[in-house]
Amino acid sequence: MKSFTKIIPLLVTLLTCAFLLIPIIQSVLAGLTVNYFRGLSSGLTLKWIGEVWMLYSGSIFLSVGLALACLIVTLVLGVPAAYALARNPGRASRVLEEFISLPLAIPGLALALALLQLYGGWTEFRTSWLFILVGHVLYTLPFMVRSVLSVLAAIDLKTLEEGAASLGAGPARRFIDIVVPNAMPGILAGALTVVTLSIGEFNLTWMLHVPYLKTLPVGLADSYASMRLEVASAYTLVFFVMIVPLLMAMQWASARAQRIMQ
Amino acid sequence: MIQRHFLTLCLLPLAIFTLAFLAIPLGRLVLAAGEGDAGWAIYLQILQTPRYLSTLGQTVVVSLAVTVAALAISTTAGLFLVRNRFVGRNTLLSILTLPLAFPGVVVGFMIILLGGRQGLVNQILPGHWTFAYSITGLFLGYLYFSIPRVLLTVMAAAEKIDPALEESARTLGAPPLRIVIDVLLPALAPALIAAGAIAFATAMGAFGTAFTLATDIDVLPMVIYTEFTLSANIAMASTLSVVLGLVTWALLLIARSLSGTNVAAGG
Repeated sequence: MKSFTKIIPLLVTLLTCAFLLIPIIQSVLAGLTVNYFRGLSSGLTLKWIGEVWMLYSGSIFLSVGLALACLIVTLVLGVPAAYALARNPGRASRVLEEFISLPLAIPGLALALALLQLYGGWTEFRTSWLFILVGHVLYTLPFMVRSVLSVLAAIDLKTLEEGAASLGAGPARRFIDIVVPNAMPGILAGALTVVTLSIGEFNLTWMLHVPYLKTLPVGLADSYASMRLEVASAYTLVFFVMIVPLLMAMQWASARAQRIMQ
Repeated sequence: MIQRHFLTLCLLPLAIFTLAFLAIPLGRLVLAAGEGDAGWAIYLQILQTPRYLSTLGQTVVVSLAVTVAALAISTTAGLFLVRNRFVGRNTLLSILTLPLAFPGVVVGFMIILLGGRQGLVNQILPGHWTFAYSITGLFLGYLYFSIPRVLLTVMAAAEKIDPALEESARTLGAPPLRIVIDVLLPALAPALIAAGAIAFATAMGAFGTAFTLATDIDVLPMVIYTEFTLSANIAMASTLSVVLGLVTWALLLIARSLSGTNVAAGG
């Protein structure tokens, strides 16, 4: 009986891992084999990766650029706002926090339709990369705000600030010298989350992009629809190489921020 | 006084951005729903048009099936990983959370690699096993990105359960299955409801996966997309978006009030 109750959960766990991992391995292999249909015996090659680089390097750079721009905007908008929310922990702050978190709950498709209907007529904005950036900031901002807010809520900000104020530090000085250093673990976790999510964002981006502004995931969708399996796989492999280290760093930073809070 | 001004100043950029790019666009979306020929009766039209009704039904059924399957699988695996320490445990955990960073399109491609024409199943098994572009493929795709989200929520809750509860049940002679049913599942109930709500909401709104796999299947995000881009039926696309947004938002609000988790509903 005892072994029975251990073996079934172990089996479920292993099968689930297989379900998640096997296609990832397939895509890595397919991206590196000469002819996927004939199998590994056809030999290994970097030809497909090279082809991806020729076809899609622009989309990779666009995604990295967008992610960095998104990071800067979420830092500028999110960190001071999280501080203000932490200093005023009232009902109004809760409502505002809940409201900016709407993009987590409402599907990206619906948000994109909303943005398109309001700004679609403004051609210069509609066709620029800034329009995609707005979508990415909408989607990632709540992560930055909450990440910073949860760290700030766990420390005694008021006492620290009063100490600094009695020594003559003004509000801006206290924000830079006390709030930002103390919030750093939350800022780091938030920053890694923002970059990871921005690089992988598809749902909003697909609706907001124009043909000459393809981000990495949009390019992926394009390659799945129109390229041979090896090229699509090689492109997916490039994406994995970028996103998996980011995901790991993000999980590490979030766990670290949580530890510091306790 | 200066402090108050400074705090307002801190909040101002975010407030302006949220107003311009979230509040007003969402308001516009709600209004756009009523601007078609049918006016506000367009919400009734969803219920009167067989295509929309069957789309809604199909989306709810797939999402429910995914929720149940993800809960069963992730609870089993999650409890196992919380209660056992062994070599390779962290590796398994990493594999199980890997899909968190995958966009829906990539998840769709994973399913194509498993069940497409050149897919693994078709190569290994005799006969033509291609399920990637059917409702089965969609179900598996949604399951693929739901498992990690549910797993993390369940594991976070399971780690907080007092081991003394289980021990006292065991010393009183309860068999393992009884312990699971009478002790663990009730303790996990809020987390399971929360995780279920997250899985359901994510599946309802998953556009990327559907975009890759469901070219012939009517699920809500695909119908919204085709109404908007192909039919240019903007009022209906807006109406369906409002309905979808309200459903997923309400569900995630429930999830948050029960467990305080924030997992993004991407996919």
